[in-house]
Amino acid sequence: MALATSSTITLHVNGERRTLPVDHRTTLLDALRDHLELTGSKKGCDHGQCGACTVLIDGRRAVSCLQFAVAAEGREVTTIEGVADGDTLHPVQQAFIDLDGYQCGYCTPGQICSAIAVIEEHAAGWPSAATEDVRPEAGAPPLDADEIRERMSGNLCRCGAYVSIVQAVARAAEAAQGESAQDKSAQGGDLAGAEAGTAVTA
Amino acid sequence: MTTTTEATRLAGAVGVAHTRVEGLDKVTGAARYAAEHHFTELAHGWMVLSTVARGRITAIDSAPVEAMPGVLAVLHHENAPHLAEASGFFGPDPTVQVLQNDRVPHVGWPVALVVAETPEQAREAAESLVVHYEQEPHDTVFRAGHPDTYTPGDDEDDSVEISKGDMEAELAASAVVVDEWYTTPEEHHNAMEPHGAIARWEDGRLEVIDTTQGAFATAQDLAALLSLDPSSVRVVSEHVGGGFGSKGLVRPHSVLAAMAATVVHRPVRVVMTRRQVFSLVGHRPATAQRMRLGAHADGRLRALDHQASSYTSRVMEYVESSAAISRVLYGADAHHTVNRVVPLDVPTPRWMRAPGEAPGSFAVESAMDELAERCGVDPVALRIRNEPAVGPVSGLPFSSRSTVACFEEGARRFGWAERDPRPAVRREGRWLLGTGVAAATYTAGVVPSTASVTAEAGGDFTVRITAADIGTGARTALVQIAADALEVPVDRIRMRIADSDFGQAMLAGGSTGTRSWAHAIVAAVAELRAVLVPGMEIPADGITVRGNSLDAVRGLAKLERHSFGAQFAEAAVDIATGEVRVRRMLGMFAAGRVVNPLTARSQLVGGMVWGLSMALHEEAHRDAASGGLVGGDLAGYHIAANADVPLIEADWVDEVDPHDPTGIKGLGEIGIVGAAAAVANAVWHATGVRHRQLPIRPDRVLAAAAERG
Ligand code: FES
Ligand code: FES
Repeated sequence: MALATSSTITLHVNGERRTLPVDHRTTLLDALRDHLELTGSKKGCDHGQCGACTVLIDGRRAVSCLQFAVAAEGREVTTIEGVADGDTLHPVQQAFIDLDGYQCGYCTPGQICSAIAVIEEHAAGWPSAATEDVRPEAGAPPLDADEIRERMSGNLCRCGAYVSIVQAVARAAEAAQGESAQDKSAQGGDLAGAEAGTAVTA
Repeated sequence: MTTTTEATRLAGAVGVAHTRVEGLDKVTGAARYAAEHHFTELAHGWMVLSTVARGRITAIDSAPVEAMPGVLAVLHHENAPHLAEASGFFGPDPTVQVLQNDRVPHVGWPVALVVAETPEQAREAAESLVVHYEQEPHDTVFRAGHPDTYTPGDDEDDSVEISKGDMEAELAASAVVVDEWYTTPEEHHNAMEPHGAIARWEDGRLEVIDTTQGAFATAQDLAALLSLDPSSVRVVSEHVGGGFGSKGLVRPHSVLAAMAATVVHRPVRVVMTRRQVFSLVGHRPATAQRMRLGAHADGRLRALDHQASSYTSRVMEYVESSAAISRVLYGADAHHTVNRVVPLDVPTPRWMRAPGEAPGSFAVESAMDELAERCGVDPVALRIRNEPAVGPVSGLPFSSRSTVACFEEGARRFGWAERDPRPAVRREGRWLLGTGVAAATYTAGVVPSTASVTAEAGGDFTVRITAADIGTGARTALVQIAADALEVPVDRIRMRIADSDFGQAMLAGGSTGTRSWAHAIVAAVAELRAVLVPGMEIPADGITVRGNSLDAVRGLAKLERHSFGAQFAEAAVDIATGEVRVRRMLGMFAAGRVVNPLTARSQLVGGMVWGLSMALHEEAHRDAASGGLVGGDLAGYHIAANADVPLIEADWVDEVDPHDPTGIKGLGEIGIVGAAAAVANAVWHATGVRHRQLPIRPDRVLAAAAERG
């Protein structure tokens, strides 16, 4: 008898249980985009090289193109569609709008999911390659521009929005932690002047 | 509701920072890009690309693949719908004549499309398809002086080669001469959204959701290719995940999706893999450029010779006009510029952000830096000294030219005055430090376009125009432009874009989009004013008028119209590893009227990031034996990541261009122009070594340092 090539699985996505039949070869990313119509998670490479498909799995960031949907059963998956609190945007989302942390918007959901995780990883004291003193007793390094750049480097942005992405993450981290992102001055007072005026509605 | 457009004169929306109209959709994942629309019965196409660089297909073993689970069709040259040849918005485009014959012109040419019920089935079937080829010897190696090099164009066309004065005499009489070669590699756009389209037949019309910079041109081209009435094809591209030229015109995925939808009578989605993007959407060809500059002792140019060569494919001629920038930047008594090409068995290169100007500026602005060094003149002063009063080749006046203001203001902000001109004298630990500068310019073009404006009964105005927002902020900028034209607040404008049914309009490319669309909207508003009488009743379905900017654009005086800028960069070079880090960049630009400072700054900074990436990272490796790319994906082709990019600042000097009613010049390209040269010049200032070959890789830095001893 031929082995089954598909299964019906149940995924926990954005707090909901979703049952769907999938080909065993279907990635979590394709299950989200093609089966659950959650197209906010983007496909830039399908090879784990760009970060556009970043989602949160059990609270940790992960590239959803590099895992099979069947392997995500029983895990809590949060996508860009699930990070806001009802109509209230997550502070990272709001900062991306206000500081223009995007252009075409295609890398943006992945950037935002990554940034949410970065802020939590940092708050939990995780070091990065940019951290000078990685001894546990040194505590969390300041989340300055270099730390943000390093920690956000798994998410490519071909539009080159990095400068304002770093500013947006710094601002959201500040809001989330109620503490000043330490390298604000290094991030440039002039550019902060690029802040938005009124929102245009159309 | 009565009309109030004349009633109140409000403070203008143009020039004020506005967050993006579609911002909420982009940060919540609600914005849908082309491949993200769902239809019942959607079938999935997967392309099969050639694995040989030249030859012909002798057989395609489609029968076993047709029997695989879920497979609906295998399209190839023996069974695919016929495409009309002479179509193309800018002339015939053989790069989209897919599945029409057995010829294989390069690695990565589409040889079949497998259509199946699911993407997994389509992919497995496509990868199982055996294609037999008869291979022919190929040549994919570009080099200066390749024997097949020719000068394109004809006697009528003076754009490819222009000369004036006696070059050899001026060079011989020059006190200082620079004569060097500069090379740039094959580069790829890599918009984050890979090319994808969904095609379906709906009530007798072909409806295509595509990722394109120009929905109107794409619809026209698809209609012509498929021999359909132009009105029976509709293309929409509401959100586009970056383009940079790669989505400028119809591409093979849309043609294949339309063919497949016609054959299987179902909606069909075709999305390129990242690797397929590397061979099917164009790229920037490698260039080799010889620069000869001859100058008086004080640095004033007597001779400027810019000879550029690059490659094209055997499918279609594309000329990377790298030397064109020298016709704008500097005058000289003897002035010669030429763009030559050599055809190779490679995918067809096409427009990529600042086509011509990006590689051309690396050559001329590196050479100017070498001239400054040899004359002992400050690089900023040298450029100001060579500022032309009129177009150096055309003799036409400039509509406006604020290069000097850009250099002066940029130098002030960057702290240029404190710079020690000597190279290789600043060290910080293992890092050598240096600063560099370069000039930037890009043509300010405009193309006649149409738009419609509807005065709605509720008092709002709806604008419809086949513009595209590929990340430029165009949608928001057009709201601001329309608000000012109508003299109403921005919240009364509803902007509808990116639908070919809205009529002809310029595509988003060549920094012409916003300016062209602004002209059309202004024309439509003028038409509306002609029919609206203050106090008149607006019917329930509104009053709609169309405007066409043809007359306004034709009426523009023939002038040299360009944006300009000055690029500054600071680089640190690791003497142990050869790594180059850019520490800061500043770009000062003069680009006419800036509509939305928030998105304008993003666009300029984005261009400068491209320049940094071009200087240090980007390089596609083509294997001479197979003719294909090695590592043609985002792991093998490095584009600047977040950690590569320092604080980059972009700003502009106020510039009023009295010769254009909109005052807009465009910002899409100029950010990259000159940026790579500024970085390369900073690397010279840090190390004392010239890098005339991009990218400036660590191994090249170490090898150059070792050679120098
Ligand atoms: S799509 Fe998953 S990393 Fe690129
Ligand atoms: S905003 Fe376009 S790729 Fe990041």
